[in-house]
Amino acid sequence: MKHMKFALLTSVAAAAFGTAAFADGHASCEIAEGRVSIVGNEFPAIQTVGAGAQACASDSVEVRTNLTADHQQINVAGMTGNPAEYTSAIVANSSIVALMNEDVIRPLDDLVAKFGGGLKKNQLITVGGKVMAVAFMANAQHLVYRADVLEQVGVEAPKTYEDMLAAAKKIREAGIMENPVGGAYAAGWNLAQEFNNMYIGYGGQFFKDGSAEVSINNEAGVNTLNMMKALSEYMNPDFLTHDSNATNAEFRAGNVALMNMWGSRAATMTDAEGVSDDVKNGFAIAGPMTVGGGNTPATTLWWDGWTVAKNISDADAEATFKALTAAIDPSILADEEVSKQAVWLLDGYQPTAAAEGVFAAANAGSTPYPMLPYQGLLHTALGAELTDFMQGNESAEQALADVEAAYTAAAKENGFLQ
Amino acid sequence: MKHRTFFWFFLPSGLAMFLFIFLPILSVISQSLFTPHDAVLVTVENCGPFGCTEETTVDQEATEALRSDQPLGQWAGLGIYLDRGHLAINEVRQLWQTAPSWGSFFDRLGNLPFYRAMGFTLTYTFIVTPLTILAGLAIALAVNTLSSWLKGLVIFFSLLPFIVPPLIGSLILFWMIDARGVVGSFIQWAASDPGLSLKASTGLTWITLMVYGVWHSAPFAFVIFYAGLQTLPQDTLESAVIDGASRWQRIRYVVVPHLMPLVTFVALIQLMDNFRVFEPIIGFSASAHARSLSWAIFNDLGGETRLLSSAAATSVLTIICVAILLSPVLVRTWRDFNGKT
Repeated sequence: MKHMKFALLTSVAAAAFGTAAFADGHASCEIAEGRVSIVGNEFPAIQTVGAGAQACASDSVEVRTNLTADHQQINVAGMTGNPAEYTSAIVANSSIVALMNEDVIRPLDDLVAKFGGGLKKNQLITVGGKVMAVAFMANAQHLVYRADVLEQVGVEAPKTYEDMLAAAKKIREAGIMENPVGGAYAAGWNLAQEFNNMYIGYGGQFFKDGSAEVSINNEAGVNTLNMMKALSEYMNPDFLTHDSNATNAEFRAGNVALMNMWGSRAATMTDAEGVSDDVKNGFAIAGPMTVGGGNTPATTLWWDGWTVAKNISDADAEATFKALTAAIDPSILADEEVSKQAVWLLDGYQPTAAAEGVFAAANAGSTPYPMLPYQGLLHTALGAELTDFMQGNESAEQALADVEAAYTAAAKENGFLQ
Repeated sequence: MKHRTFFWFFLPSGLAMFLFIFLPILSVISQSLFTPHDAVLVTVENCGPFGCTEETTVDQEATEALRSDQPLGQWAGLGIYLDRGHLAINEVRQLWQTAPSWGSFFDRLGNLPFYRAMGFTLTYTFIVTPLTILAGLAIALAVNTLSSWLKGLVIFFSLLPFIVPPLIGSLILFWMIDARGVVGSFIQWAASDPGLSLKASTGLTWITLMVYGVWHSAPFAFVIFYAGLQTLPQDTLESAVIDGASRWQRIRYVVVPHLMPLVTFVALIQLMDNFRVFEPIIGFSASAHARSLSWAIFNDLGGETRLLSSAAATSVLTIICVAILLSPVLVRTWRDFNGKT
């Protein structure tokens, strides 16, 4: 109930703020007419952007949003028709690739030149010199931990995954927690993402130079899998069913002391009903860890941003661009609730304590998630084929060979390999 | 019925089936025979909040030219059907030549997506279908003996598992069987093993999915059988009683033969449904342990880059497998029909 109340208050605050910020809003949107229809993921920062765009609605401007966790399943189809159902998709560096592969989003250079004066250069996502998206926030996975528990066993916050294993061992031996490590290792997207993080940390390259030919069955790949397996020994035995929602719940319940978690979830980590004071007070954030003596953190950097559909009229494209530019106007940061929702890439953003991890990731030279046209196929293959190894049913080499074979079949089908 | 009357009677549903079943299947078949064009890749400089990198991307203009030339894509023939993601002809041949024993052949066959899915799907189908029929029959016989004022209530509650949407039903059970859930804790207590988790072992996950499958579809079998029981010939039953038949003998020699056509019907529907098992795998997050052909289709379409041809080929294979699975029952029904006329 408390949680619901909190959520309600937040949305009321957001709504009240929305009217306040956009009281002169129609002036700042300056849209004569057009249709704006946005599809995107669903988390607090994106909801703020969606609400900001909706504030531009008027008698002659229609603004609709469809924010859902299943956005990836519908955005390509919804932008393929002519005119496209969605005039904009909010994407990240992984999901923009599918839209570019299908050629359903338009270059924004002319719109940026005419109406994007307020945008910073580092917000513009350019591909081959053409602006394809406007980013508004950054994200990364990094360490979150229980400072009180680590203090009890007398260790510092781990800087490497090897330290994390050692700390986990101590916590278990001290009898504080049976499974002190949390990990979003659910079969599918999450498991593949953890592989990517760790593989990058070991200095691995996903593809042979400049080609779509996969190459992960190597020493870095085997080390990656062995480290993941070693970590999983300290996880809840159901780890192959745990996505980031489930690991968050484990952390909130006080079952977990160490985990690699998304920055976009850090701010709200302990905002839930029934979280004990121990968890609330002990909750701490640190940068991402390295692994195997490497310098590159075992994590990836992400941006979230918006695009404009190709198959729509220029008037609708202009309306969409203006509405979304207004939605990410730096003035939205005046609201404290909004400013802590994400690491905003907007002028005047003051990092909150919750943003520490993402900043540490960026400063430590982390690698952005690759924007390769075939990276998504490898991600899917990893998610499906690594589970046998994680259950101890096959060797690391066999699992990696299976991933390579599954990827190669998929890449051949999609025309990336001959 | 006169042929003419039948024609007009059948026309609306026939037309709907043609439009919404036959044509889509044709389009799925054609999709499975074509693949996207070879991507024309170029290396460009990508810039964003984290700096600039040289990265590969698809050359849209060149690809667009290929696409407008041949909108269907490249002709692949049966290529997709035979690749590793489906029948995996080359991989199976290689296994056949190198595997030292039958056991290792089947073991390694299970490493290929299609055969792994078949392994689970067929086990699921052939265990869940008979159990569903038995459970449905048992519930129907039990409810039939209740006094009439209780019947309505009991029927309503027995139907609940079938009314609850499969995804929601499986999600609720998923939480209950969690190591910290009601059922999960009880099983740990009963087995006196605090580390026991239904979700962590393949065997227990399979059993969980099958129990769920029976729980979900038993009400369907029950409703059909219960309706059948209302038409039981009372005189035959009475004469069986006079002849001194026990309750078991009456069920075995009077009730079951009377319900036999319905058993065939339920078996037909259940074989078809169970072969397409999907929702519980998603609801129970069980894809690490159990995969079906429907799950493979979902996985192909759920990635950031969709594999439409692969998903289409798996769909066609599913249709073929269902047809093979149902053929004995269909042949039997056809013979019965011919025997009667």
